[in-house]
Amino acid sequence: METSILQYQFMRSAIVAGLCGGITCSTIGVFVVTMHLSFIGVCIAHAAFAGALLGVWLGFDPLIGALLFSLASAAVIGPMADRGELNPDTSIGIVFSLMLGLAFLFMGMMPGAKTDALNLFWGSILTVSRENLIFLAIVTGVVIGLVVVFYKEIQAVICHRQVALAVGIPATLIFYGLLFSTGVIVTASLQSIGGLLIYSLILNPAAAAYQITYSLKRMLLIAVVFGVISCWVGLAASYFLDLPSGAAIVVTSSAIFGLATAFSPKRKVKRWQQAQVAG
Amino acid sequence: MSGGNSVDNTVIRIQDAVVSYREDVALQGVSLEVRKGEFIGVIGPNGAGKTTLLTVVNGLGRLVQGQAVVLGLPVNGRNGIKLRRRIGYVAQVENIDPRLPISVRETVMVGCYGRLGLFHRPAPAQWEAVDRVLKMVGIAHLSHRPIGHLSGGEYQRAAIARALIQQPEILLLDEPTASIDLQAQKEILGLIQLIHSEYHMTTLFVTHDLRQLPSICHRLVLMKEGKIWKQGSPESTLRDEILSQLYGAPVSTHSQSTVAY
Repeated sequence: METSILQYQFMRSAIVAGLCGGITCSTIGVFVVTMHLSFIGVCIAHAAFAGALLGVWLGFDPLIGALLFSLASAAVIGPMADRGELNPDTSIGIVFSLMLGLAFLFMGMMPGAKTDALNLFWGSILTVSRENLIFLAIVTGVVIGLVVVFYKEIQAVICHRQVALAVGIPATLIFYGLLFSTGVIVTASLQSIGGLLIYSLILNPAAAAYQITYSLKRMLLIAVVFGVISCWVGLAASYFLDLPSGAAIVVTSSAIFGLATAFSPKRKVKRWQQAQVAG
Repeated sequence: MSGGNSVDNTVIRIQDAVVSYREDVALQGVSLEVRKGEFIGVIGPNGAGKTTLLTVVNGLGRLVQGQAVVLGLPVNGRNGIKLRRRIGYVAQVENIDPRLPISVRETVMVGCYGRLGLFHRPAPAQWEAVDRVLKMVGIAHLSHRPIGHLSGGEYQRAAIARALIQQPEILLLDEPTASIDLQAQKEILGLIQLIHSEYHMTTLFVTHDLRQLPSICHRLVLMKEGKIWKQGSPESTLRDEILSQLYGAPVSTHSQSTVAY
């Protein structure tokens, strides 16, 4: 059966797209989850989605629109969350709703059939273009490289940002680098996973790994394995059962998160902490 | 009190520093000189500008007016990061996520990362140094435990270890004994005094609570409403009438452990 899957070029492309999307989304998810910035990630994902729809409407490459919008939203949200002029939830919520509003606005302005736009909603890993696949592969390579090279700085910033700043690590630069990377990764995975669904692939595998280990290195590896499994199971469901691939990816990653939470060794810690507070 | 007026010995020189956060002025024309090896207690009510004073020293607080020279370098955006690599900072216990994926040993190693710089990994010798410092602060047995699983006192020991592994020339302690139990407070104060007697690091110790003031302070800086209100030896400043004016409420040193000076 496996041989029959691999005989099609589009399936081979889809498997590679699932591998790359799983690796990149889960990796950035580990950073977002550890920093408790899940909502920022959602916001950047929706900004990319709105930018891509603008591209479809105005007739330029949706990837460029997605990249510009996601980077711009990261540049706006980062300082908003940092300066604390508004409650971060409020400011990010406003940007998030604006992005969603713009997405629907651009879609409403589009003349004729909206097939391309709807593809960006749900994504289609089976029809990923060659150019997109190359872009996704390059982004994956760069992300892996950056994580290896800057691992110690990333670990310091995501676990102890204020401490990182105080010991002379360029913490703000690393923080914005992570936000911009989120934008680039979302852009690269948009076509295959879809703008509305991509966020679960960022959040769920990382959140599941967060339940399982206290080691950041292990957390990265586990999240990547969960992310790739989610993509490949979604792909298989799409191929064999004729289900929408993006939705199957979301359901699989959510199921993994559910299982990881149910069997999390960290649940004991929560009980231990509650006992301490009570004591 | 450390004597001498040697200009060469001055490691911190702040002149007319003004720092403001939006509409709030946190420091209003503060001037302070600190000599090498001095242990200075900075006291005053909440909101007096004590923490802001520390951020001027390590370059995290942005001066609106005035200037600061620390370790021979003018404090500005360019020098800030260089200075922070030479300055240890211990803040008060923070509320930390118990699930955070970082161990005590790794947390302490973060202290080395600034000096190591980008693209360099910690060498085995640095891990050994981390183990030695953990032993010195008395939490070697917790080195592989997740940082979020420590008690307040243990967490502060890890924070002090992290500052020490930096081999800092200046140590900034910002309410290091706040929000921890009395026994742990005593132990942390003892540890801070031990470190000073061993390494003679220039130290600024901030606290709003006089009971948490270490007895080895050479000089006390009394802050109020963003200004240095008074400074001098502990003997000359720790007086009921002065402290009552500082805190705006009757304070009796006889009811505080500070009488143990």
